[in-house]
Amino acid sequence: MKSGTVLRLSMTHLSIIGLGVLMIYPVAWMIVSSFKPNNMIFSDPGLIPKALTVENYITGWRGYAGTSFGTFFANSLLMCAVAIIGNLISCSMAAYAFARLRFAGRSFWFAIMLITLMLPAHVTLVPRYIMFNSFGWVGSYAPILVPKFLATDAFFVFLLVQFIRSLPKEIEEAAIIDGCSKVGVFLRIILPLASPALVTTALFTFLWTWDDFFNHLLYLTRPDTFTVSRALRTFVGDAGAVSNWGGALAMSTLSVVPAFILFFSLQKYFVQGITTTGIKG
Amino acid sequence: MVYQMSRITAFFRRNAVAYLFLAPWLVGFFALTLYPMGYSLLLSFTDYDFTAPNSTQWIGFGNYLKMFGSVFGISEFTASTGELIRVDPYYMKSLSVTFTYVFVAVPLKLIFALAVALLMNQKLRGVQFYRAAYYIPTLLGGSIAIAVLWRKLFEKDGLINGALAALGFTDLPGWLTNPNYALLTLILLSVWQFGSSMIIFLAGLKQIPQEYYEAASVDGATRIRQFFAITLPLLSPVILFNLVIQLISAFQAFTQAYIIGGGRGGVLNSTLFYTLHMYIQGWTYHEMGYASAMAWVLLLIIGVFTAIVFRSSNWWVSYGVGE
Repeated sequence: MKSGTVLRLSMTHLSIIGLGVLMIYPVAWMIVSSFKPNNMIFSDPGLIPKALTVENYITGWRGYAGTSFGTFFANSLLMCAVAIIGNLISCSMAAYAFARLRFAGRSFWFAIMLITLMLPAHVTLVPRYIMFNSFGWVGSYAPILVPKFLATDAFFVFLLVQFIRSLPKEIEEAAIIDGCSKVGVFLRIILPLASPALVTTALFTFLWTWDDFFNHLLYLTRPDTFTVSRALRTFVGDAGAVSNWGGALAMSTLSVVPAFILFFSLQKYFVQGITTTGIKG
Repeated sequence: MVYQMSRITAFFRRNAVAYLFLAPWLVGFFALTLYPMGYSLLLSFTDYDFTAPNSTQWIGFGNYLKMFGSVFGISEFTASTGELIRVDPYYMKSLSVTFTYVFVAVPLKLIFALAVALLMNQKLRGVQFYRAAYYIPTLLGGSIAIAVLWRKLFEKDGLINGALAALGFTDLPGWLTNPNYALLTLILLSVWQFGSSMIIFLAGLKQIPQEYYEAASVDGATRIRQFFAITLPLLSPVILFNLVIQLISAFQAFTQAYIIGGGRGGVLNSTLFYTLHMYIQGWTYHEMGYASAMAWVLLLIIGVFTAIVFRSSNWWVSYGVGE
């Protein structure tokens, strides 16, 4: 009986590891190949390179149309930082109202918010583009960032509502008896207590903004405003041909470094975010 | 009277404070969701061209006939404006590509996610680590980096063919240049990213009380019987949740197809996803009236399929055990 359990457990471990290696292999291969000389990427499917070079990083870093990846990374980081600030402010405000305040029309607006959660973005795409174009915003970051300050990512509103509802009410009630206003309760009690959910919000805002491609494709027109994801596309020509594979793999590898760092340092927030809202993927 | 006044002011004050907090969301909802939706519905009945907005004309259901004309055997028709409109020869293709993608990738992904979650839902050392490793493809999968990598993997002399050749396979196709296989690579890419569904399944599995299994074991139920009698019914709400989320997002897939096809629909439009076709119509050909109509049809399709899933859930989702 005992040895049977051991056998079953080791079989489970083996199959999980085997499948896991298969899963991780493409990513591992990308990282390793980015250090291989360009002419060996094709011929060598293995993970142990026969020769090492950083040349791909040098040629890849040169970027596109005279703009280096230094600029693209700075652009992406700036965009993510502003997007995070926008989402944290606007989504937490809406979530506090939905979770804790009593007002006329609350259940109606909450239902509307839940509907927008499921609404495909494409149905608002054309008018938004026309509207932003008439404001003269196409080519700038405004079409991507202004919506963040208007709580358009309903996922995060929902996530924060769920979290705030689970907080004990006693502290807020005590604060109100002591003469604290609703704004004071929000700033001094709700925000600090909801910080785990706020971290989750910031985390996924970062990843989605960093990885977003469609909006960057639509709204970023000048190479010096390109983000990393928009710039990576320039490695793939219109017919789909790639001119500098080494550089493409090197910059692709660099582009996933922030996601890796965040994932391994903030793992529990990932699980929280995924299980409460079913976040995409 | 004074008492009543103070109640009224309190009512207004309470609402004012709440709506102050709600203001950004409300502005966003009206300006960036409701108004654009109405506007795009309106545009869908016009021939709005982004480069010549002033010559926009009302063409009634012209855009919709342009999409579905081939169903009625029409190849061109005269719009109410007298303009001759050609039926879109690629619309049906984009629809069938998207349906194939959704109906193959979503079930496969969920089955995979559930199988791995079951494997991990045991008292194992290092489950945390395994879970993290299996999530990595999902973490990175939506990025351009992975789409670029995917192109490389499935090229004629890429990693996949290298591995298959090492296993003794010959006559290997160029996966991306062969219209029979190009969509398959995108389906694989989607299934590969089963991490989110897996984590949700794992959380659901943890909720099932262990006593049910113990009782079933005592009664002599096999593991397979236990899976169908306990695990599946109790997990069914989670399956429904995952199914809806994955369905909605699969219909909207864009980025990976865009990169794999080099900004177009791939060989013989074999990877012409619905949203990609819509993007090409709206932003390459500036046919934004037509793109709006396409967006509304997509909204209807997603709405209908979500409704079907919810309706059917009466039959297969249970919120208790023992019936």
